[in-house]
Amino acid sequence: MTLGFITVLLVCQLLGEVISKGLGLPLPGPVVGMAILFISLVLKGGLPDGLRETANGLLKHLSLLFVPAGVGVMMHMHLLRDEWQAISAALLVSTILTIAVTALVMVGLGRLLKSEDGGEA
Amino acid sequence: MENGFHQIWVYLSTTPLLGLTVTLVAYQAGMWIYIRANLHPLLNPVLIAVVVLVGLLVVTGTDYRTYFDGAQFVHFMLGPATVALAVPLYQQFQKVRKSFVMILVAILAGSTTAALSAIGVAWVLGSSQETLLSLAPKSVTAPIAMGIAEATGGVPSLTAVLVILTGILGAVLGTWTLNALKIKDWRARGLAMGTASHGIGTARALQVNDVAGAFASLAMGLNGLATAVMLPLILGLIF
Repeated sequence: MTLGFITVLLVCQLLGEVISKGLGLPLPGPVVGMAILFISLVLKGGLPDGLRETANGLLKHLSLLFVPAGVGVMMHMHLLRDEWQAISAALLVSTILTIAVTALVMVGLGRLLKSEDGGEA
Repeated sequence: MENGFHQIWVYLSTTPLLGLTVTLVAYQAGMWIYIRANLHPLLNPVLIAVVVLVGLLVVTGTDYRTYFDGAQFVHFMLGPATVALAVPLYQQFQKVRKSFVMILVAILAGSTTAALSAIGVAWVLGSSQETLLSLAPKSVTAPIAMGIAEATGGVPSLTAVLVILTGILGAVLGTWTLNALKIKDWRARGLAMGTASHGIGTARALQVNDVAGAFASLAMGLNGLATAVMLPLILGLIF
Protein backbone atom coordinates (compact mmCIF):
# COMPACT_ATOMS: atom_id res chain seq x y z
CA MET A 1 0.00 0.00 0.00
CA THR A 2 1.55 3.27 -1.02
CA LEU A 3 0.49 6.69 0.14
CA GLY A 4 0.50 7.95 -3.44
CA PHE A 5 -2.07 5.45 -4.67
CA ILE A 6 -4.24 5.82 -1.55
CA THR A 7 -4.31 9.50 -2.50
CA VAL A 8 -5.33 8.56 -6.06
CA LEU A 9 -8.29 6.57 -4.67
CA LEU A 10 -9.34 9.43 -2.38
CA VAL A 11 -9.03 12.00 -5.18
CA CYS A 12 -11.24 9.81 -7.43
CA GLN A 13 -13.79 9.51 -4.62
CA LEU A 14 -13.71 13.25 -3.99
CA LEU A 15 -14.16 13.99 -7.71
CA GLY A 16 -17.01 11.50 -7.75
CA GLU A 17 -18.73 13.21 -4.82
CA VAL A 18 -18.27 16.65 -6.42
CA ILE A 19 -19.65 15.48 -9.80
CA SER A 20 -22.54 13.55 -8.24
CA LYS A 21 -23.60 16.35 -5.85
CA GLY A 22 -22.77 19.14 -8.31
CA LEU A 23 -24.91 17.68 -11.10
CA GLY A 24 -27.54 16.41 -8.68
CA LEU A 25 -27.12 12.82 -9.92
CA PRO A 26 -28.83 10.04 -7.92
CA LEU A 27 -25.48 8.17 -7.98
CA PRO A 28 -23.27 7.45 -4.95
CA GLY A 29 -20.06 9.53 -5.12
CA PRO A 30 -17.74 6.50 -4.64
CA VAL A 31 -19.42 4.74 -7.60
CA VAL A 32 -18.78 7.77 -9.83
CA GLY A 33 -15.20 7.69 -8.45
CA MET A 34 -14.95 4.01 -9.44
CA ALA A 35 -16.15 4.85 -12.97
CA ILE A 36 -13.58 7.69 -13.18
CA LEU A 37 -10.75 5.35 -12.15
CA PHE A 38 -11.94 2.59 -14.52
CA ILE A 39 -12.17 4.96 -17.50
CA SER A 40 -8.76 6.45 -16.65
CA LEU A 41 -7.22 2.94 -16.66
CA VAL A 42 -8.83 2.09 -20.01
CA LEU A 43 -7.59 5.39 -21.53
CA LYS A 44 -4.14 4.96 -20.00
CA GLY A 45 -4.06 1.36 -21.24
CA GLY A 46 -2.26 -0.15 -18.26
CA LEU A 47 -2.42 -0.83 -14.54
CA PRO A 48 0.44 0.47 -12.35
CA ASP A 49 1.76 -2.26 -9.99
CA GLY A 50 1.48 0.05 -6.99
CA LEU A 51 -2.18 0.74 -7.67
CA ARG A 52 -2.89 -2.97 -8.06
CA GLU A 53 -1.22 -3.70 -4.72
CA THR A 54 -2.97 -0.83 -2.94
CA ALA A 55 -6.38 -1.86 -4.30
CA ASN A 56 -5.84 -5.53 -3.46
CA GLY A 57 -4.77 -4.60 0.08
CA LEU A 58 -7.94 -2.60 0.57
CA LEU A 59 -10.23 -5.17 -1.07
CA LYS A 60 -8.77 -8.15 0.78
CA HIS A 61 -10.96 -7.33 3.78
CA LEU A 62 -13.77 -5.61 1.89
CA SER A 63 -16.42 -7.54 3.80
CA LEU A 64 -15.08 -6.23 7.16
CA LEU A 65 -15.83 -2.70 5.96
CA PHE A 66 -19.60 -3.16 5.83
CA VAL A 67 -19.91 -4.75 9.29
CA PRO A 68 -20.48 -1.39 11.11
CA ALA A 69 -23.29 -0.43 8.70
CA GLY A 70 -24.72 -3.96 8.90
CA VAL A 71 -24.97 -3.71 12.69
CA GLY A 72 -27.21 -0.67 12.08
CA VAL A 73 -29.93 -3.14 11.12
CA MET A 74 -30.68 -3.30 14.87
CA MET A 75 -32.41 0.06 14.47
CA HIS A 76 -34.70 -1.44 11.81
CA MET A 77 -35.44 -4.83 13.38
CA HIS A 78 -39.16 -4.05 13.22
CA LEU A 79 -39.02 -4.14 9.39
CA LEU A 80 -37.39 -7.59 9.40
CA ARG A 81 -39.77 -8.84 12.11
CA ASP A 82 -42.98 -7.54 10.51
CA GLU A 83 -42.12 -8.28 6.89
CA TRP A 84 -39.91 -11.35 7.02
CA GLN A 85 -42.24 -13.47 4.87
CA ALA A 86 -42.40 -10.90 2.06
CA ILE A 87 -38.64 -10.27 2.29
CA SER A 88 -37.75 -13.99 2.24
CA ALA A 89 -40.04 -14.66 -0.72
CA ALA A 90 -38.68 -11.64 -2.61
CA LEU A 91 -35.05 -12.66 -2.03
CA LEU A 92 -35.67 -16.29 -2.98
CA VAL A 93 -37.67 -15.65 -6.17
CA SER A 94 -35.50 -12.75 -7.28
CA THR A 95 -32.18 -14.55 -6.76
CA ILE A 96 -33.25 -17.63 -8.77
CA LEU A 97 -34.83 -15.49 -11.52
CA THR A 98 -31.75 -13.26 -11.80
CA ILE A 99 -29.42 -16.25 -12.12
CA ALA A 100 -31.70 -17.80 -14.75
CA VAL A 101 -32.23 -14.65 -16.84
CA THR A 102 -28.54 -13.63 -16.85
CA ALA A 103 -27.33 -17.10 -17.84
CA LEU A 104 -30.04 -17.63 -20.48
CA VAL A 105 -29.47 -14.21 -22.11
CA MET A 106 -25.70 -14.84 -22.19
CA VAL A 107 -26.09 -18.31 -23.74
CA GLY A 108 -28.79 -17.06 -26.13
CA LEU A 109 -26.69 -14.13 -27.36
CA GLY A 110 -23.70 -16.45 -27.73
CA ARG A 111 -25.69 -18.71 -30.08
CA LEU A 112 -27.16 -15.76 -31.97
CA LEU A 113 -23.78 -14.11 -32.61
CA LYS A 114 -22.10 -17.42 -33.45
CA SER A 115 -24.77 -18.29 -36.03
CA GLU A 116 -24.28 -14.84 -37.60
CA ASP A 117 -20.53 -15.46 -37.83
CA GLY A 118 -21.28 -18.86 -39.42
CA GLY A 119 -23.56 -17.19 -41.96
CA GLU A 120 -20.88 -14.77 -43.07
CA ALA A 121 -18.17 -17.40 -43.43
CA MET B 1 -14.76 -4.86 42.69
CA GLU B 2 -18.15 -4.58 41.04
CA ASN B 3 -17.86 -0.83 41.27
CA GLY B 4 -14.33 -0.84 39.78
CA PHE B 5 -15.48 -2.85 36.77
CA HIS B 6 -18.43 -0.55 36.34
CA GLN B 7 -16.14 2.51 36.28
CA ILE B 8 -13.89 0.95 33.65
CA TRP B 9 -16.97 0.11 31.56
CA VAL B 10 -18.30 3.65 31.87
CA TYR B 11 -14.93 5.00 30.74
CA LEU B 12 -14.49 2.54 27.83
CA SER B 13 -18.03 2.89 26.57
CA THR B 14 -17.38 6.59 25.88
CA THR B 15 -14.21 6.06 23.81
CA PRO B 16 -14.13 4.97 20.15
CA LEU B 17 -11.56 2.28 21.03
CA LEU B 18 -14.14 -0.22 22.23
CA GLY B 19 -16.44 -0.05 19.18
CA LEU B 20 -13.50 -0.37 16.80
CA THR B 21 -11.93 -3.28 18.69
CA VAL B 22 -15.11 -5.36 19.07
CA THR B 23 -15.78 -4.90 15.32
CA LEU B 24 -12.38 -6.34 14.40
CA VAL B 25 -12.63 -9.14 16.98
CA ALA B 26 -16.17 -10.14 15.89
CA TYR B 27 -15.22 -10.14 12.20
CA GLN B 28 -12.12 -12.26 12.80
CA ALA B 29 -14.14 -14.68 14.93
CA GLY B 30 -16.56 -14.91 11.97
CA MET B 31 -13.67 -15.53 9.56
CA TRP B 32 -12.26 -18.20 11.88
CA ILE B 33 -15.58 -20.10 11.90
CA TYR B 34 -16.06 -19.63 8.12
CA ILE B 35 -12.59 -21.03 7.33
CA ARG B 36 -13.02 -23.95 9.78
CA ALA B 37 -16.30 -24.76 7.99
CA ASN B 38 -14.52 -25.00 4.60
CA LEU B 39 -15.99 -21.67 3.43
CA HIS B 40 -19.57 -22.90 3.72
CA PRO B 41 -21.82 -20.06 2.45
CA LEU B 42 -24.31 -20.41 5.32
CA LEU B 43 -21.56 -19.47 7.81
CA ASN B 44 -20.89 -16.08 6.23
CA PRO B 45 -18.35 -14.17 8.37
CA VAL B 46 -20.10 -10.79 8.02
CA LEU B 47 -23.44 -12.28 9.06
CA ILE B 48 -21.78 -13.92 12.09
CA ALA B 49 -20.08 -10.63 13.03
CA VAL B 50 -23.33 -8.64 12.68
CA VAL B 51 -25.31 -11.14 14.78
CA VAL B 52 -22.60 -11.21 17.50
CA LEU B 53 -22.30 -7.40 17.60
CA VAL B 54 -26.06 -6.75 17.64
CA GLY B 55 -26.35 -9.30 20.47
CA LEU B 56 -23.53 -7.61 22.37
CA LEU B 57 -25.06 -4.14 22.00
CA VAL B 58 -28.51 -5.34 23.06
CA VAL B 59 -27.16 -7.26 26.10
CA THR B 60 -25.01 -4.34 27.29
CA GLY B 61 -27.73 -1.77 26.53
CA THR B 62 -25.38 0.19 24.27
CA ASP B 63 -27.03 2.27 21.58
CA TYR B 64 -25.96 2.08 17.94
CA ARG B 65 -24.68 5.70 17.85
CA THR B 66 -22.19 5.00 20.66
CA TYR B 67 -20.95 1.86 18.89
CA PHE B 68 -20.70 3.66 15.55
CA ASP B 69 -18.50 6.41 17.05
CA GLY B 70 -15.77 3.75 17.19
CA ALA B 71 -16.75 1.64 14.20
CA GLN B 72 -16.88 4.64 11.85
CA PHE B 73 -13.12 4.35 11.28
CA VAL B 74 -13.73 1.02 9.54
CA HIS B 75 -16.88 2.33 7.87
CA PHE B 76 -15.01 5.29 6.34
CA MET B 77 -12.81 2.94 4.28
CA LEU B 78 -15.89 1.79 2.31
CA GLY B 79 -15.62 4.82 0.00
CA PRO B 80 -12.00 4.32 -1.13
CA ALA B 81 -12.61 0.54 -1.29
CA THR B 82 -15.54 1.11 -3.67
CA VAL B 83 -13.28 3.22 -5.91
CA ALA B 84 -10.67 0.43 -5.72
CA LEU B 85 -13.21 -2.02 -7.24
CA ALA B 86 -12.27 -0.35 -10.56
CA VAL B 87 -8.98 -2.30 -10.44
CA PRO B 88 -10.34 -5.90 -10.56
CA LEU B 89 -13.03 -4.64 -12.98
CA TYR B 90 -10.30 -3.32 -15.31
CA GLN B 91 -8.29 -6.55 -15.02
CA GLN B 92 -11.31 -8.70 -15.97
CA PHE B 93 -12.41 -6.24 -18.67
CA GLN B 94 -9.01 -6.65 -20.39
CA LYS B 95 -9.67 -10.39 -20.78
CA VAL B 96 -13.16 -10.16 -22.29
CA ARG B 97 -13.04 -7.06 -24.52
CA LYS B 98 -14.23 -9.00 -27.58
CA SER B 99 -17.43 -10.32 -26.04
CA PHE B 100 -18.03 -7.19 -23.99
CA VAL B 101 -21.30 -6.10 -25.64
CA MET B 102 -22.82 -9.56 -25.15
CA ILE B 103 -21.76 -9.53 -21.50
CA LEU B 104 -23.12 -6.05 -20.93
CA VAL B 105 -26.54 -6.97 -22.37
CA ALA B 106 -26.73 -10.11 -20.20
CA ILE B 107 -25.81 -8.12 -17.07
CA LEU B 108 -28.32 -5.36 -17.84
CA ALA B 109 -31.03 -8.02 -18.23
CA GLY B 110 -29.97 -9.59 -14.92
CA SER B 111 -29.74 -6.27 -13.12
CA THR B 112 -33.26 -5.24 -14.19
CA THR B 113 -34.66 -8.68 -13.32
CA ALA B 114 -33.08 -8.55 -9.85
CA ALA B 115 -34.57 -5.18 -8.93
CA LEU B 116 -38.00 -5.61 -10.55
CA SER B 117 -38.65 -9.15 -9.33
CA ALA B 118 -37.63 -8.33 -5.74
CA ILE B 119 -39.78 -5.19 -5.66
CA GLY B 120 -42.67 -6.99 -7.39
CA VAL B 121 -42.82 -9.99 -5.04
CA ALA B 122 -42.41 -7.89 -1.88
CA TRP B 123 -45.01 -5.38 -3.09
CA VAL B 124 -47.57 -8.12 -3.80
CA LEU B 125 -46.95 -9.49 -0.28
CA GLY B 126 -47.57 -6.07 1.24
CA SER B 127 -44.11 -4.71 2.07
CA SER B 128 -43.61 -1.10 3.14
CA GLN B 129 -42.02 1.36 0.74
CA GLU B 130 -38.98 1.58 3.04
CA THR B 131 -38.42 -2.17 2.61
CA LEU B 132 -39.08 -2.09 -1.15
CA LEU B 133 -36.45 0.63 -1.68
CA SER B 134 -33.97 -1.21 0.53
CA LEU B 135 -34.58 -4.50 -1.35
CA ALA B 136 -34.10 -3.06 -4.85
CA PRO B 137 -30.25 -3.02 -4.94
CA LYS B 138 -29.82 -6.31 -3.00
CA SER B 139 -27.97 -8.15 -5.81
CA VAL B 140 -25.21 -5.53 -5.92
CA THR B 141 -22.00 -5.74 -3.91
CA ALA B 142 -22.62 -4.26 -0.42
CA PRO B 143 -20.53 -1.07 -0.60
CA ILE B 144 -22.24 0.02 -3.82
CA ALA B 145 -25.67 -1.28 -2.76
CA MET B 146 -25.59 0.79 0.45
CA GLY B 147 -24.65 3.89 -1.54
CA ILE B 148 -27.53 3.23 -3.95
CA ALA B 149 -29.97 2.69 -1.06
CA GLU B 150 -28.88 5.98 0.48
CA ALA B 151 -29.31 7.83 -2.83
CA THR B 152 -32.74 6.33 -3.58
CA GLY B 153 -34.43 6.57 -0.16
CA GLY B 154 -33.82 3.05 1.17
CA VAL B 155 -32.27 2.08 4.51
CA PRO B 156 -28.54 1.38 3.87
CA SER B 157 -28.05 -0.89 6.90
CA LEU B 158 -31.11 -2.99 6.03
CA THR B 159 -29.78 -3.18 2.46
CA ALA B 160 -26.41 -4.42 3.80
CA VAL B 161 -28.12 -7.35 5.54
CA LEU B 162 -30.37 -8.13 2.54
CA VAL B 163 -27.30 -8.07 0.27
CA ILE B 164 -25.56 -10.66 2.43
CA LEU B 165 -28.67 -12.88 2.55
CA THR B 166 -28.98 -12.63 -1.26
CA GLY B 167 -25.33 -13.62 -1.61
CA ILE B 168 -25.84 -16.66 0.60
CA LEU B 169 -29.00 -17.70 -1.32
CA GLY B 170 -27.20 -17.36 -4.66
CA ALA B 171 -24.22 -19.36 -3.46
CA VAL B 172 -26.46 -22.14 -2.10
CA LEU B 173 -29.01 -22.27 -4.98
CA GLY B 174 -26.87 -21.17 -7.96
CA THR B 175 -25.48 -24.55 -9.01
CA TRP B 176 -28.90 -26.18 -8.67
CA THR B 177 -30.63 -23.46 -10.75
CA LEU B 178 -27.99 -23.49 -13.51
CA ASN B 179 -28.02 -27.30 -13.71
CA ALA B 180 -31.82 -27.33 -13.90
CA LEU B 181 -31.58 -24.95 -16.88
CA LYS B 182 -28.85 -27.13 -18.45
CA ILE B 183 -26.42 -24.19 -18.71
CA LYS B 184 -23.01 -25.72 -19.39
CA ASP B 185 -21.07 -22.62 -20.53
CA TRP B 186 -18.76 -21.60 -17.63
CA ARG B 187 -18.83 -17.97 -18.79
CA ALA B 188 -22.63 -17.80 -18.54
CA ARG B 189 -22.63 -19.65 -15.21
CA GLY B 190 -20.08 -17.25 -13.71
CA LEU B 191 -21.80 -14.18 -15.09
CA ALA B 192 -25.11 -15.31 -13.57
CA MET B 193 -23.56 -15.93 -10.13
CA GLY B 194 -21.76 -12.57 -10.05
CA THR B 195 -24.81 -10.61 -11.25
CA ALA B 196 -27.29 -12.24 -8.87
CA SER B 197 -25.15 -12.63 -5.78
CA HIS B 198 -22.09 -10.33 -6.01
CA GLY B 199 -18.97 -11.22 -3.96
CA ILE B 200 -20.44 -14.23 -2.17
CA GLY B 201 -21.60 -15.75 -5.47
CA THR B 202 -18.22 -14.90 -6.99
CA ALA B 203 -16.38 -16.68 -4.17
CA ARG B 204 -18.57 -19.74 -4.80
CA ALA B 205 -17.96 -19.58 -8.59
CA LEU B 206 -14.20 -19.35 -8.00
CA GLN B 207 -14.32 -22.54 -5.91
CA VAL B 208 -15.92 -24.38 -8.82
CA ASN B 209 -14.14 -23.10 -11.94
CA ASP B 210 -11.55 -20.39 -12.79
CA VAL B 211 -13.35 -19.10 -15.89
CA ALA B 212 -16.64 -18.93 -13.98
CA GLY B 213 -14.83 -17.04 -11.20
CA ALA B 214 -13.37 -14.47 -13.58
CA PHE B 215 -16.76 -13.84 -15.23
CA ALA B 216 -18.47 -13.65 -11.83
CA SER B 217 -15.98 -11.03 -10.67
CA LEU B 218 -16.52 -9.00 -13.84
CA ALA B 219 -20.30 -9.29 -13.47
CA MET B 220 -20.12 -8.13 -9.85
CA GLY B 221 -18.33 -4.91 -10.81
CA LEU B 222 -20.41 -4.19 -13.91
CA ASN B 223 -23.69 -4.95 -12.17
CA GLY B 224 -22.72 -2.45 -9.47
CA LEU B 225 -22.26 0.26 -12.09
CA ALA B 226 -25.31 -0.79 -14.13
CA THR B 227 -27.64 -0.87 -11.11
CA ALA B 228 -26.35 2.47 -9.77
CA VAL B 229 -27.22 4.09 -13.11
CA MET B 230 -30.46 2.24 -13.94
CA LEU B 231 -32.16 1.81 -10.57
CA PRO B 232 -32.95 5.51 -9.98
CA LEU B 233 -34.56 5.56 -13.46
CA ILE B 234 -36.56 2.37 -12.80
CA LEU B 235 -37.68 3.58 -9.36
CA GLY B 236 -38.64 6.92 -10.89
CA LEU B 237 -41.03 5.08 -13.22
CA ILE B 238 -42.57 2.93 -10.46
CA PHE B 239 -42.90 5.26 -7.46
